Amino acid sequence: MNRTVVMLVDDEVPFVDTMTRRLSKRGLEILQAYSGFEALESLAKNQKVDVVVLDVKMPGMDGIETLREIKKAHPLVEVIMLTGHATVETAIEGMRLGAFDYLMKPCDIEELVGKVQEAKEKKARHEDKIMEAKAKAIALRRGD
Amino acid sequence: MITADERYYSSLRRNIMAIIITVSLMPLLAMMAIAGYQFHTAYRHKVVDHLAALVERHAVHIDTFLNEKLADISSLAAIKPLEKLQDPQEMENILAMFQEKHRGVFVDLGLVDEQGTQVAYAGPFRLIRAQYRDASWFREAMNQPFTISDVFLGLRGLPHFIVAVRIDKGGHQWVLRSTIDFVAFNRLVEELRVGKTGQAFIINTEGQFQTQPHTKLGLNPKELLRVVRGEHSSKMEIYPSAVEGLNITESFGAVARDPYASGAAYWFEYTVPESQSRFLVFYQSLKGGRWYLFYVQETQDAFHDLYKARALTLGVLALSALGVAFTAWALSQRVVQRIIQVDREKEMMNEQVIEAGKLASIGELAAGIAHEINNPVAIMVEEAGWIQDLLQDMERGESLDVEEVRRSLAQIRTQGARCKEITHKLLSFARRTDPTVQQVQINKLVQEVVALVEQRARYAGVNVRTHLTDNLPWVAMSPSEMQQVLLNLINNALDAMEKTGGTLDITTRYDNGRVIVDVADTGEGIPQANLQRIFDPFFTTKPVGKGTGLGLSICYGIVRKMGGDITVNSAVGVGTTFHIHLPAGDGVVERPF
Repeated sequence: MNRTVVMLVDDEVPFVDTMTRRLSKRGLEILQAYSGFEALESLAKNQKVDVVVLDVKMPGMDGIETLREIKKAHPLVEVIMLTGHATVETAIEGMRLGAFDYLMKPCDIEELVGKVQEAKEKKARHEDKIMEAKAKAIALRRGD
Repeated sequence: MITADERYYSSLRRNIMAIIITVSLMPLLAMMAIAGYQFHTAYRHKVVDHLAALVERHAVHIDTFLNEKLADISSLAAIKPLEKLQDPQEMENILAMFQEKHRGVFVDLGLVDEQGTQVAYAGPFRLIRAQYRDASWFREAMNQPFTISDVFLGLRGLPHFIVAVRIDKGGHQWVLRSTIDFVAFNRLVEELRVGKTGQAFIINTEGQFQTQPHTKLGLNPKELLRVVRGEHSSKMEIYPSAVEGLNITESFGAVARDPYASGAAYWFEYTVPESQSRFLVFYQSLKGGRWYLFYVQETQDAFHDLYKARALTLGVLALSALGVAFTAWALSQRVVQRIIQVDREKEMMNEQVIEAGKLASIGELAAGIAHEINNPVAIMVEEAGWIQDLLQDMERGESLDVEEVRRSLAQIRTQGARCKEITHKLLSFARRTDPTVQQVQINKLVQEVVALVEQRARYAGVNVRTHLTDNLPWVAMSPSEMQQVLLNLINNALDAMEKTGGTLDITTRYDNGRVIVDVADTGEGIPQANLQRIFDPFFTTKPVGKGTGLGLSICYGIVRKMGGDITVNSAVGVGTTFHIHLPAGDGVVERPF
């Protein structure tokens, strides 16, 4: 299995930096974005991102909006939301919009890595199903 | 020192009293005025009609008396041959018969030849051969068939008047005359007495009394005559006392055809110029206009009952007015007392609401701050975790990157400082929730509040700009309450721009004795319909659970309490600006509050 590619989206630069260090140490490949807009741009360029770790509260484009856009443009990419106490409701709303899960900030790093792996697996299963369906469709077209 | 409140309450008291008194007394006054006027005119009519009728009746009576006597003498002259009338004995007999018939009205009886010599006489005086050639009554009697003379003293020096009939016989003329007893005649007129001052008298056209007035008159009969003839200097209205269906002279047809029939009664009101006393005067001509029967009565006396009723009415009115005034006073006292009490309760409620509002906004603030503090805390936790990771690597035998640890620790320190700053901001706000008034430098206060909301503004995509005028005078107020106001207004502004982002401009300036703080946003604006209501308590456009609708009403209450005012301009789609006007102190304070 190839390395999981994670995109960190948060407006706090020191937070993104430190998380990048810690998650890289745990064998994840990290992309950084400091706003929702930046995240969308970078996703459009990098087709290999598996999981986005998204802060709910950001100036400008907030977490929910970013999530909506990500799901619109890249339905297979899984999103994990990071939230403070005051925005738990927002995170739950995010789950309705298709986020994989949410975590309280500050979160335990191992828990985050676990969740990222689950999300990655879910995505992989999803992709496999799509591949199978495509294969079936091709088979149907060939008429076996 | 009277406070504005006391002034307000006393004016309220006055207004309530005025309203009650007006509403109660106006109808009463109107009613009394109308009824009084009606009664007054009706009563006057009644009195005047009554007196006029009385006078007319008397006039008829007197005329009848005079005509009767004249008729007696006339029939005597017609029936008795002249020779008989020249016989003294016969005269005595006739006089005796007359006196028996009329109870001594006829005093004597005499026949006068055309030279004016009395040729026959019967009576108590010795007037045989008396000479009447120069007497005015004689001259008059020679010129017309019959005469009733004026009252005069005559040869006897006693007031009397003469009834005379001319006899034409064989080219010669005689006059048959009789003296009418003045006392009996006078009694006729004297009977007409009403009230204290009402009395009647007769005067001739020269204004000489033909009967004795009963008591001393307070007015000059000649003056009255002038009024009657319309020659009086001050024009006076003379009213015909035409009593409907009561024209006595008409009803006595026989009398009316008499040469000495009386006219109708007239009346006027006469004021004596010297004494200013007013009289009702009735008059009627007698004896074919040669005499006037006058009836005078002081107005005061004639309308005595009317004035009594009026005095009584006024008394009742005065008492009612007093009663109403007292009631109004008592009622207004009670009402205002109640209002004062209610106002106090409201004041307390307001204070409680403000307190609650403070708590709510502090709660909101605390939530915001907690959120704000969460980021640096998360960074610290992660940095600590990173150091742990490095240490674990070291335990596995790798070399420790000391530089990296140092960087991490520095970051932890930085983020710690950030936390400290945030908590301090909050503490500075929560520490002073007392309403004591101090001299406050408004710019400092604005800066503090802006610092509190910076983070929120950043997340809402709002650019906060302050334009603070230097050297503003201080303002006397409670800093914590003013923080409330600003925080509420700024929070509202941020709410209005949350979806779209925008600019928040906070300006402090000085204008005409007032320090003004403008809070201007570029949010969605307030619809015209809501502008009237935004300061009403519990008015909110936010969904249930989001807003209490108390924020602005609390702001309004606080600013009004400081002696200031809040105004607002808003245009939908453009933005809203609130202006806080505060009364400026008398100088600049440099020291912070």
